Amino acid sequence: MKPSLQRGDRIVLEREHFQNLLDALNKKGYQIIGPTLGEGSIIYGKLSCVSDLPIGWTDEQEGGMYHLKKRGDNALFGYTVGPHSWKNFLFPSVQQLLQAKREGKGFQVNRKREEIPKFAFLGARSCDIYAITIQDKVFIKGKFVDPHYASRRGDTFIVAVNCGKAGGTCFCVSMGTGPRADLGFDIAMTEVLKSDRHYFLVELGTERGAEIFQEIPYKNASEEERATANTVVENTAKHMGRYMNTDHIKDLLYRNYEHPRWNDVAERCLACANCTMVCPTCFCTTVEDTGDVPGGHAERWRKLDSCFNLDHSYIHGGSTRYSIRSRYRQWMIHKIATWIDQFGTTGCVGCGRCITWCPVAIDITEEARAIRKSEQAAE
Amino acid sequence: MGIKRKPKLAVWKFASCDGCQLTVLDCEDELLTLTDHIELAYFLEASSAVKRGPYDISIAEGSVTTQQDVERIHKIRKASKLLIGAGACASSGGIQALRNFTNVKDFVSAVYPSPEYIKTLDTSTPFSQHVPVDYELQGCPINKHQLLDAISSFLHGRKPNSTSYSVCIECKRRGNVCVMVAHGIPCMGPVTRAGCNALCPTYNRGCYSCYGPKETPNTASLSTWFRRLGMKEDDIVRIFRTYYSNAEPFRKESKLHEKDEK
Ligand code: SF4
Ligand code: SF4
Ligand code: SF4
Ligand code: SF4
Repeated sequence: MKPSLQRGDRIVLEREHFQNLLDALNKKGYQIIGPTLGEGSIIYGKLSCVSDLPIGWTDEQEGGMYHLKKRGDNALFGYTVGPHSWKNFLFPSVQQLLQAKREGKGFQVNRKREEIPKFAFLGARSCDIYAITIQDKVFIKGKFVDPHYASRRGDTFIVAVNCGKAGGTCFCVSMGTGPRADLGFDIAMTEVLKSDRHYFLVELGTERGAEIFQEIPYKNASEEERATANTVVENTAKHMGRYMNTDHIKDLLYRNYEHPRWNDVAERCLACANCTMVCPTCFCTTVEDTGDVPGGHAERWRKLDSCFNLDHSYIHGGSTRYSIRSRYRQWMIHKIATWIDQFGTTGCVGCGRCITWCPVAIDITEEARAIRKSEQAAE
Repeated sequence: MGIKRKPKLAVWKFASCDGCQLTVLDCEDELLTLTDHIELAYFLEASSAVKRGPYDISIAEGSVTTQQDVERIHKIRKASKLLIGAGACASSGGIQALRNFTNVKDFVSAVYPSPEYIKTLDTSTPFSQHVPVDYELQGCPINKHQLLDAISSFLHGRKPNSTSYSVCIECKRRGNVCVMVAHGIPCMGPVTRAGCNALCPTYNRGCYSCYGPKETPNTASLSTWFRRLGMKEDDIVRIFRTYYSNAEPFRKESKLHEKDEK
């Protein structure tokens, strides 16, 4: 029997034992979700063995552009975040809320209990863990609890990966959300690739994280191994693809509701809503009722919606945000200003998805910069 | 369910390919249930038995391309409590609205051996340009889900679930990877109304805009991006003139990319 591991311990997992981690999670009854190749990008899906990971692949990301490329090594996590986020699993974009059956003069409501697996998220990046923390605050930590989110979130096991490379549109350093995972994980790993060795420096974040390693070969981390892993993450932090100056950002935006830059971005913005759909913190939904022709059966569905849709601001008499200008402004000011008043942090974790997946490359960091610069120029 | 007798439904055809009427027939299983609740009073594609109006619901496909069409749509409007236009033709003029961009006489003489027998209007136009239309189903062709939803909402007095937002919404809800961002394939999704559940992007094709313009479509910005993806002006004209060429935002955008031939 090995000496028992504890929360906070740092250990080393060799690459050849990585499969043991997946096996241990499987054995505990988790459904492992993690990065895998699909549709020409790195998406999240079910994993059962190491070879399901995008081994040796990386992504190149820029505004409105995403490409896969071979790395020239066998890294397991040599890329950043793709089009999917954990939101796809914790807050599915289409969910049935209830079914109703007509009975006499009334109706019988039926809530289908979904079989929800116990998730283990493998390879969660720091920005995305912050995003989960934000959605937790919205859905389960407030006055009202969303039962659907709550049951999926349950006790998700989180295996974080500290980024060994920043993507072209990443800016977690600006938002204080990465690239090193510092909260919300059960275990956090840094991948170290050397010419003669491939290993993971593992930090145990919880008791159950420590427990998982009881059955996996590991050794305690040496000073040198820790230092090497640190250098990897520090290096990532120095190479962020994007930067946003968040100094008094709330006041900056509150002062600039009528800034001409909103007209400029409105000329480019398609109001297509891709940015909000991929954003790991955006949570707006719409509710749709459907019924069959005989009128005996009705269903209520909840679907991911967006403030970029005209109907989203529809009230009696029409939509309050008719222009694209007002919709983009609503989105950006909510993300990085009013969110602070509402939930205590910004709603942006700097993952860069909205920049990469905007079909016309609109960049939230650039829009913020343009507004700040014009004020500085005026001074 | 205020109505005691079975409501009478009529299905009408104007200038069209019949695809939208076929969607009604495509309801197969639901069609039998439908006839338990609705009387098919006029539907030549399904039955030659015809009942006189007035009708509770008229579903009309096709566009107005002849003087007789103009008169007929007025008569149908008068005979119908609810008039539903079905498809791209009914709501914008359809593919045949390509004639609106040229001189229709050139087509007539090129296509028909005896052009003197052909009497047609210079334009193909939607019903709404001639009579008030209560509801429009979009798509080329429409799909059976929206059709059944419209009929059941009418029967039970609820709001139909029409969408006005982009195809991107449905595309992302399905978890698709964007073909434009990941593969550089031009996609009309960002300016197109949802309704097809992002059929083409799901199979790695760009959207062709079978459902026409979304609300407030920013066609100019998308064209600029299409050019960056390597599309020629001619291709941009064509992509905006496929199914909804006569819808105002697409008509205008396509005109901007037309080479001045005069
Ligand atoms: S934003 Fe930071 S934490 Fe997120 S993927 Fe990029 S480098 Fe990693
Ligand atoms: S606003 Fe953009 S960068 Fe910020 S969390 Fe959302 S998708 Fe990521
Ligand atoms: S910012 Fe980009 S992704 Fe977002 S709605 Fe506008 S065009 Fe679409
Ligand atoms: S593939 Fe087309 S429809 Fe789908 S998100 Fe991209 S632009 Fe929108």
